[in-house]
Amino acid sequence: MATTLKKTNVVIIGLGAAGGVACLPLARAGLEVIGLEAGSWLSTKDMAPDELKLNRGLWPPGPQKTKLEGVIVRANASQTPTRANHPMMNAVGGTSVHYMAQSWRLNPWDFKVRSETIRRYGASRIPKGSTVEDWPLSYDDLEPFYDKVEYEIGVSGKAGNIGGKKDDRGNIFEGPRKREYPMPSLRTSGFMEKMSAAANGLGWHSFIAPAAIASKAYEGRPGCAYHGYCIGAGCHINAKSSTAVTTIPKAMKAGKFSIVTGARVTTIEADGNGRVAGVNYLKDGQEYFQPADVVLVASYVYENVRLLLFSKSKAYPNGLSNNHGQVGRHYFSHNQGGGVAALFPFNLNNWYGTPGQGIAIDNWADDNFDHSGLDFIGGGNLYVYTERRPMAALNGVQAWMPQGAANWGSAWKKFVKENADRTNGAYLQKTTLPYEDNYLDLDPSVKDPLGFPVIRITAEYKDNEKRLGAFIAEKMKQWYMAAGATQVNGNGNVGTAMGASTHAYGGTRMGDNPETNVVDRWGFSHEAPNLGILGGSVMGTSGARNPTETLQALAWRTAEYLAKNWKSIAT
Amino acid sequence: MITRREMLKRVGTMVGVAAGLQVYPRALAHAQARSQGLSAVGDALVSLTPAEAETLRAIIARLIPADENGPGALEARADRFIDRALGGALKNLRSAYSAGLAAANASAQASKGAPFAKLSAADQNAVLTAMQQESPQFFNLVRTHTIQGTFADPFYGGNENFIGWDLIGYPGARIAVSANLQRMDVKPEPSRKSAYDYGMFNKGEI
Repeated sequence: MATTLKKTNVVIIGLGAAGGVACLPLARAGLEVIGLEAGSWLSTKDMAPDELKLNRGLWPPGPQKTKLEGVIVRANASQTPTRANHPMMNAVGGTSVHYMAQSWRLNPWDFKVRSETIRRYGASRIPKGSTVEDWPLSYDDLEPFYDKVEYEIGVSGKAGNIGGKKDDRGNIFEGPRKREYPMPSLRTSGFMEKMSAAANGLGWHSFIAPAAIASKAYEGRPGCAYHGYCIGAGCHINAKSSTAVTTIPKAMKAGKFSIVTGARVTTIEADGNGRVAGVNYLKDGQEYFQPADVVLVASYVYENVRLLLFSKSKAYPNGLSNNHGQVGRHYFSHNQGGGVAALFPFNLNNWYGTPGQGIAIDNWADDNFDHSGLDFIGGGNLYVYTERRPMAALNGVQAWMPQGAANWGSAWKKFVKENADRTNGAYLQKTTLPYEDNYLDLDPSVKDPLGFPVIRITAEYKDNEKRLGAFIAEKMKQWYMAAGATQVNGNGNVGTAMGASTHAYGGTRMGDNPETNVVDRWGFSHEAPNLGILGGSVMGTSGARNPTETLQALAWRTAEYLAKNWKSIAT
Repeated sequence: MITRREMLKRVGTMVGVAAGLQVYPRALAHAQARSQGLSAVGDALVSLTPAEAETLRAIIARLIPADENGPGALEARADRFIDRALGGALKNLRSAYSAGLAAANASAQASKGAPFAKLSAADQNAVLTAMQQESPQFFNLVRTHTIQGTFADPFYGGNENFIGWDLIGYPGARIAVSANLQRMDVKPEPSRKSAYDYGMFNKGEI
């Protein structure tokens, strides 16, 4: 029998990148907020620069989340799904504790993919079967919230466009911003300078990418130590601007915000009028019901969708906010396949640093180049970064061994000795679109350890993603060769199944039309008026860059809207 | 068995390598072992039998051999890493090692007429080449753990005297890195430190 707790104003399900931001404007508005987090607080003492510990999956505790939630994946409905893993994490701060911390704004084009494509190239250029829509808001509408997030969590970068005034030390392709970043860019490394010079030689515009990592002391946190154990590893000095060390502690100081860790939400309750009443959760084997005026769902994309589909009631027989059958639709995961790697004839001294410390090129991203003669829309961000651990270096070298050569013995040893510091792999993020037949649903037979059905991903890359992948791979090879690489590899094949990803989108898409979207332009359900949804699940396009800062800006905007319209939403 | 002494003799003509090993004083090694939390165990086997350890040492000495490019997995004490891990973090693989090492000896006996450790380096290489084809699962297991025992943090009992990191030029675990250490025209001085030498992290399972 569940214990019914005292009613609160707002429950936030999940205190990761999105929920961990939304708590702050709500707490500042004086609302009573309870954050339910399935994970726990983590300690910098557990964030040792220890590659083996990380490789053994002992940290971050990410696999626990996929074990508990059990996502399975297939490319299309004719395939048998297989178990999928992703390193998203249950913890206060969620995956923002160990992410790469690249912190981008989307390009203005990403908000208007459909209308801008039709305007510039004609309606025939919208890929067949794609359900892409313009967002219900523009880049300019979101700009103030990007700005808020950059200052509240702490983002380092160089503006390339302040109020329309371009500055080629930053990204000249970005949308206009109100002001400079709160901190200067992370520093450059020798390898970055080499890549930067090569890009400039090609006539491309290179710049230091923005990162949610302090480049100098900021609000009591120290600047980055560049020690080379950043991705998949929490920061040992809290220089990484995870919500666990920024907006969450601020919200705790600001007002009536409390956190329940180890709380696994099972269902969201709705009343006979279709309003949500609160959430059920398990903690230490006990069941609790937490009543609330408003519920904000802020777990990861897969769990957001799963929670809604589980939460059936008289008002929502097919799952909460799913009377239009849109929960789980318009799903996609970021097109990051088709990787390119290079071998250089000299050492790069690229051991230290952080993946947030990198050089980017946006000449081939979004609609920054003319697609008239091309057979795809969208583009990719070219990115190279620092940080390479010793055993990872051995893996990186393997691809360059002569065909058929043994991966052990004296010849292997000689080869790895010579080349361990001479390889580099690029990070290529590309426009990805939603399609009619790509979706998330509950698997009819596979269950998680609690006995609940798991999310089944049915999604594949289509021609647009594949052609774009091949195009971007060629650009990346060109860049590496210009920097002096002797060999490059990667055929640009992005694969077929979209799979489980740390960059998942859709499933509760945001849009004005309730027939094709789950939430409205403010992030609230078209059907359950006091249910808000936060995270990548509301995003209808991906852009060519990491989603985190965009979903954080959206989360802030939804929370601020809620605080300003409290009476009408909560009652 | 190829003893450490014999092995050193084999590479003795190779400039620098053997010298490098010999000048590395035992006292220093022990001091280092203590700083890595190894003193409680020392060199005593914790998991493998002496016979299994002998076979394992012979295998890892071929996977990453000591040669003109420097010391290898045996000198890095990947065997100690594996022995300790099989009594700890990798204990579920203990029986796979018993079976795999026995199979390696059986294969050596069948094809070359002696247990693996007694064969010449060339014959050992031939047996391992066949093993990689015929028992890839165990071969890959040992290879993975030999790499871990050579290139992982010395805290785990391998990578002695930072042999693995020196081999590939990895300048070592640090908790802060200056701009200078990221320049291409600079070869950073090795830190000569385990992550756990900094005294700020919880130690993991060995």
